[in-house]
Amino acid sequence: MVQSLNYLKETASQTAGPYVHIGLAPGAAGFDIYRKELGHDIAGPNAKGERITVTGIVYDGIGAPIKDILIETWQANADGVYPGAGDVEEGFVGWGRAISDFDTGRFTFETVKPGRVMGRNGKLMAPHISLWLVARGINLGLSTRMYFSDEADANAEDQVLNLVGPPERRSTMIASRDGSTYTFDIRVQGDNETVFLDV
Amino acid sequence: MTAELFQRDRVWQPPAYTPNYKSSVNRSPNLAPLSLEMTQSELTAPRFGHDVIDPIDCDLIRNYAKTGDPIGERIIVHGRVLDENGRPVPHTLVEVWQANAGGRYRHKNDTYFAPIDPNFGGCGRVLSDAEGRYMFRTIKPGAYPFRNWINSWRPAHIHISVFGPAFAQRLITQMYFEGDPLIPKCAIINAIPDQRAIDGLVAALDLNETIPLDTIAYKFDIVLRGQRSTFFENRPEGN
Repeated sequence: MVQSLNYLKETASQTAGPYVHIGLAPGAAGFDIYRKELGHDIAGPNAKGERITVTGIVYDGIGAPIKDILIETWQANADGVYPGAGDVEEGFVGWGRAISDFDTGRFTFETVKPGRVMGRNGKLMAPHISLWLVARGINLGLSTRMYFSDEADANAEDQVLNLVGPPERRSTMIASRDGSTYTFDIRVQGDNETVFLDV
Repeated sequence: MTAELFQRDRVWQPPAYTPNYKSSVNRSPNLAPLSLEMTQSELTAPRFGHDVIDPIDCDLIRNYAKTGDPIGERIIVHGRVLDENGRPVPHTLVEVWQANAGGRYRHKNDTYFAPIDPNFGGCGRVLSDAEGRYMFRTIKPGAYPFRNWINSWRPAHIHISVFGPAFAQRLITQMYFEGDPLIPKCAIINAIPDQRAIDGLVAALDLNETIPLDTIAYKFDIVLRGQRSTFFENRPEGN
C-alpha cells in the first residue's frame, strides 16, 4: 500500500444544453435581466491596434450550421499583453461571448487584432485568439485557436501550428482576411475538421 | 498569470462521442485533440468585479420578480469553488441558469407547454468570496422532457458556468439534486463514464444551512483544475 495522493478531482463537465443563452446571453434568449450583460465589448474604446470583425459559421458533422453555439474568445491586446499579466488599456477586457444567429448560424464579434505573445522557450507565438465552444451535444467545451491569414511569416514559425501533424490541417485554424473582416468557419466533425486543442 | 495546471483527466471527463446522447453524434470531433503545453494564452483569464456584478444578481427569487415571488420550492444553493489541491478559488465568476418549477425555460426556443412563471427569469451570477464561497437563492427547477429517446426526461438541474484564474480551467457543468430518481436514467449524465464523477454533480441536502420556516439548502462544491506548485522551465525538446 502507498499513501493516498489526496487530490480532489475536477468537477465533471456537462453540455451547456440548448438554452445556454438564458444564463450567458439572456438578451438573446428574449429577456433583459442584468444591468450589464457580459461579453459584448472585448477591446473597449481605448484599445490600440487595428479594429477588426470576425465572423463565421460552426458546422456539424453533416455540414449543417450549429445554430445554438456559444463561443467565448480570449486574446491579448495589440501589444501582446493579456489582462492580468501586464498593463492593458483602460476598458480592454480581452474576453468576449459570441452566439450564432438562431436562423442562419452565423456568429460575429468585433475586437482589435492581437499582438504576438511570448510562448514557451522564449519564442514568440503568432497573433491568435483562443476560442472555447459550448452547445447542446458538446459534452466538454471545445478549445481551438484562430490565427490570421495575413500573418504568414509569424504563422510559419508558430510553435502550436507547427505541432499540427499534417500541415494541411493547419489551415483549419487560420481565418481568411477580406478588408477588415476575418472569416473563420469551424467544422466540428468530418471533412476539413478544425483542429481542437487539449489545453 | 497563474502557474501551470494539472493535466485534464479526459478519462474522468465525458468523451465527446456519447451516442446515447444523440446530439453528440454529429457534434463530436472524429479526430483526437492536439495536446498543448501551456502558454500565457491558457494560463491567463478575464477578471470580473463588483463594478459589473450586482448583489441582486445571485437572488433568482427577486432578480426578475414583477408582481410577487415566483412559484416553487425556495432553495439556497451554496458551496465553494476549489481547485484539485483543495485551495479556494477566490473572486471568480459563477453563473447559473435553470428552468422554473414546472421545467419550463424562459427562452424563445422552449416550446414545452408547462407555463412560464411571470416572476422568474432563471439566471443568476455571483463572485466567489475570498475563501471561494458562493451562494444563490432560487426556486428548485422541475424535470422536463427532451427529444432524445421518445420518453427522455432531464432530472431537475441547474446549469453552472465557472471561470477560475486560467482560461484552461473554464468549465460548464450541471448540478443535480440528492435523491432524484431520474439521475441514473439520464443519457446526458451517463455520458460521464465514472460513477464517482457523476456523484460529484449531485448536491447534498444541507439542513445546516436551511433557514427554518423559509428556505431549504443544498451544498454543491465545484472543483477546477489544480495548479502545479513548482514550475521548472523545460529544455526545448531536441535541444
